[in-house]
Amino acid sequence: MNSRFIRRFRNGAFLALAVLATVIGLACLAAILWTLISHGLAGMSSEVFTQMTPPPGAKGGLLNAIYGSAVMTLLGIVIGSPIGLLAGTYLAEYGRGSPLSTTIRFINDVLLSAPSIIIGLFVYEIVVVRVGHFSALAGAVALAVIAIPVTLRTTEDMLNLVPAGMKDASAALGAYQWRTVLSVVYPAARSGIVTGLLLAIARISGETAPLLFTALNNQFWSTDLNAPMANLPVVIFQFALSPYTNWQDLAWTGALIITSTILLLSIMARFLLSLLQAQRGGGR
Amino acid sequence: MMPSSKIPKHLKIRAPVPTARTPANSGLGPSKIEIRSLNFYYGDIRALTDINMTIADRAITAFIGPSGCGKSTLLRVLNRMYALYPHQRAEGEVRIGGEDILSATVDVADLRYRIGMVFQRPTPFPMTVFENVAFGLRLHAAARGAELNHRVEAALREAALWDEVKDMLNKDGRGLSGGQQQRLCIARTIAVNPDVLLLDEPTAALDPISTLRIEETLQVLREKYCIVVVTHNLQQAARVSNVTGFMYLGELVEMGLSNEIFTTPKDRRTDDYITGRFG
Repeated sequence: MNSRFIRRFRNGAFLALAVLATVIGLACLAAILWTLISHGLAGMSSEVFTQMTPPPGAKGGLLNAIYGSAVMTLLGIVIGSPIGLLAGTYLAEYGRGSPLSTTIRFINDVLLSAPSIIIGLFVYEIVVVRVGHFSALAGAVALAVIAIPVTLRTTEDMLNLVPAGMKDASAALGAYQWRTVLSVVYPAARSGIVTGLLLAIARISGETAPLLFTALNNQFWSTDLNAPMANLPVVIFQFALSPYTNWQDLAWTGALIITSTILLLSIMARFLLSLLQAQRGGGR
Repeated sequence: MMPSSKIPKHLKIRAPVPTARTPANSGLGPSKIEIRSLNFYYGDIRALTDINMTIADRAITAFIGPSGCGKSTLLRVLNRMYALYPHQRAEGEVRIGGEDILSATVDVADLRYRIGMVFQRPTPFPMTVFENVAFGLRLHAAARGAELNHRVEAALREAALWDEVKDMLNKDGRGLSGGQQQRLCIARTIAVNPDVLLLDEPTAALDPISTLRIEETLQVLREKYCIVVVTHNLQQAARVSNVTGFMYLGELVEMGLSNEIFTTPKDRRTDDYITGRFG
């Protein structure tokens, strides 16, 4: 009787703690989103998407920063994802169990969790210092370095999910391994690989520190990849720290734009992944 | 494989290795595959011991035996599937149509193109029904255009699947039922007109109706191909095969015409296995 009471009490206490922790976590998230939306929506207007970042006190928008972020994110993915994809393919299909792939996997895990400011400094040293000035290209390279480990990891994981029997069946028809990878393994893992790309885009589109050292910022419209380029994260950083209320408002709006973009990408990634699982589970 | 302590004592006696040959005057095709002194190793573990046999063309040869007896391993030697995995090696001589396929100079991809294989679990590729069957043909540029369409249809008809899928050739092959998927895999394999058709427990994952359809398909295919099938299902071996080989602990115990093996086996172990005393 007594021990039963104790067990019940322990169970209840544990449940209460777990619920409390969940509530605290969700409340923080809700508070962040609420602050972001209430402040961000206040500054939201059509000018945000049509005008350049203004001088203090004047009216303006974030067009150059949105454009810069889009360009550098896209360029970063274009440079980084093929490397991550091919390296992930090597780990999953060719280098299984070899010392080289074990080493690559370890280094990739380190890179995956490396502070992004370190990566910014690294690209500053090898690109900005040598070229002699900040540039959008250097920013894209920094973002690519962040995107590589993300795509590498998801590619390897997704390719490993492809049943070995499918690869064997392709080999049994006389397909060389490269043909099997291209025609059978990639299509079988397609939604998983795309999910990885979306997650990589989501990851790099919000990075501030690497761009601070590489692309810097630009008050004006610029499409020159060899010159500093405006981008949302650095604009937010700069405007939020300023004493000017119009800049602060734009910083909130920019933060809202980034957050909703990332949210959208993550939801799309989730959706694709659930499609993949449905396909696998329901694939009679 | 059974732990050795569980093996009945009388089975531990090492019988002389039979040199099984298809009996003359059996009405089977000429010999297609000749295996001499074949040994197979997974790392240090020997999985096949001194296998000698001939396998006839235009006939269904079945291999039976308890799990781990080496029958699937034997099949994987015939198209050198084992070579995809490290630390697996075969020693001896395996001649298919006169060519020693274990020779280092053999192009394995070309060999596998000529020696078709169907696996236990249906493995449709992530593409349409049509593309699944066309895969091997495209791979080796064996056919294109109208000729490709023709050969895909012919293969699907041969695999007894055409009537069921002719209106859904552009649907994903993974959407078919299990039995249809397996017949799709058979169609995909015979589309390239292989010399030999290897089937590794082709119906183990299927329901009885689908099993029946596959067996009927095999009966038709027998007219054209040298078919080797590994099965756990003794009734199936008795139903579909012309020749049966009984394998045990990596050795070929006995091989001969199926009706003889299943009625008057010569070896005690074969008798024990087919009468259900072990396995």
